Amino acid sequence: MATRGFFGRRPATDVAKRLPPGQHLTDDFPVLSYGPTPDVPLADWRFTLHDGPRPLASWSWDEFNALPQTTWRGDIHCVTTWSKFDTEWQGVTVDDLLRAAGIAAPTPWVLARSFDDYDTNVPMADLANGQAMVATRFGGAPLAPEHGGPARLLVPHLYFWKSAKWVKGLRFTARDEAGFWELRGYHMRGDPWREQRYTNDP
Amino acid sequence: MDWSEVVIDEVRPRTPRVASVFLRLQLAAQHAGQHLDLRLTAPDGYQAQRSYSIASAPGAARVELMVERLDDGEVSPWFHEAAQAGDALEARGPIGGHFVWQPADGGPLLLVGGGSGVVPLLAMLRLRHQAGRGLPTLLLYSARRHEELICADELAAMAGADPSLRLVFITTREPSRRPGDLDRRLDDVLLREALAGWGHAPAATFVCGATPFVEAIASGLRAAGIDASTIRTERYGGA
Repeated sequence: MATRGFFGRRPATDVAKRLPPGQHLTDDFPVLSYGPTPDVPLADWRFTLHDGPRPLASWSWDEFNALPQTTWRGDIHCVTTWSKFDTEWQGVTVDDLLRAAGIAAPTPWVLARSFDDYDTNVPMADLANGQAMVATRFGGAPLAPEHGGPARLLVPHLYFWKSAKWVKGLRFTARDEAGFWELRGYHMRGDPWREQRYTNDP
Repeated sequence: MDWSEVVIDEVRPRTPRVASVFLRLQLAAQHAGQHLDLRLTAPDGYQAQRSYSIASAPGAARVELMVERLDDGEVSPWFHEAAQAGDALEARGPIGGHFVWQPADGGPLLLVGGGSGVVPLLAMLRLRHQAGRGLPTLLLYSARRHEELICADELAAMAGADPSLRLVFITTREPSRRPGDLDRRLDDVLLREALAGWGHAPAATFVCGATPFVEAIASGLRAAGIDASTIRTERYGGA
């Protein structure tokens, strides 16, 4: 059913093939957060891996920045329908975090936890093999607080709410536990190519 | 979540850049503060979808959305230039489980809106006017000029009929017109003064507007001693 008088702006083919269904390209970098931007002094910053309640490994800001650094370039997709192309991030991959901790993932499920008490669930299968990092730099500069700095999770192949801002750790869980938005109507996995926006989407 | 066809009942300009779009639609379960996804389809099948905040209170006979015109936008100009009563499009929702308020949540309630960020707050105030009068509430509503204040008369009438609702308009580029209104940017000092003048400690705070506005307000509220966990934000940005 066509909408009378609407013609739209069909993106060029090279753009269209990079846009998941229902998304449109933006040059901006919009911000979405559920509350105030927390103030996270680097002196107090720590990143911790937990198995349930039990801490497995922990790094201060300086220790974290001494871990192997990886750069990732590519496209990101927000559930509110904007996509941004050719972003550049630098940080520590989840693979390298586990390697530095000297452990294998103890469970297949992860809850990423943030300094503002936000959390979001991501299966380990979406974090391993270079698919995800804890990013501390964006576009060559330290990550700005409103975009999640000092550090945010980056899981670019899922909708961007999975890329938790102000991340303070990963908690391995015994089952797939819903996080903040997942408890409020959003999809448990959030694959943009399958348009998994809301709870009951396929 | 499935799409369903909805029909426009009326398009009504509210300010030079914002129009209300009334839909012939009643929502079964809506919370004030939620949004609706709309999808438009071109003759060749190409589709574009966007989210718009709901301005009407739950239970309204027709849903009212507000659409701000973005000059380089793909979708918003259609609502301002082409849309008319009887046009059909697709909708799904309502959506959002965090930036929502209902009278049972209580107060005191602090609402801070910048520009079109007032729209979800308007839904909360309309609901409060029906079912929550007497609840101490402060709306701080900032725009550049008077003509850009959405539903200013309706808001003033609500406050006139209910002393527990305090309303402060802030116009950053024009002198204020009502006693108690402000005509400077809402910085930390002004925010603190406004809260002191109100005399209540908010139990719940909702802040909505463009990102720099929300960042500044949320940080000012924290500096004024308001517990960050009681502050909910929604930001507008991008196309």
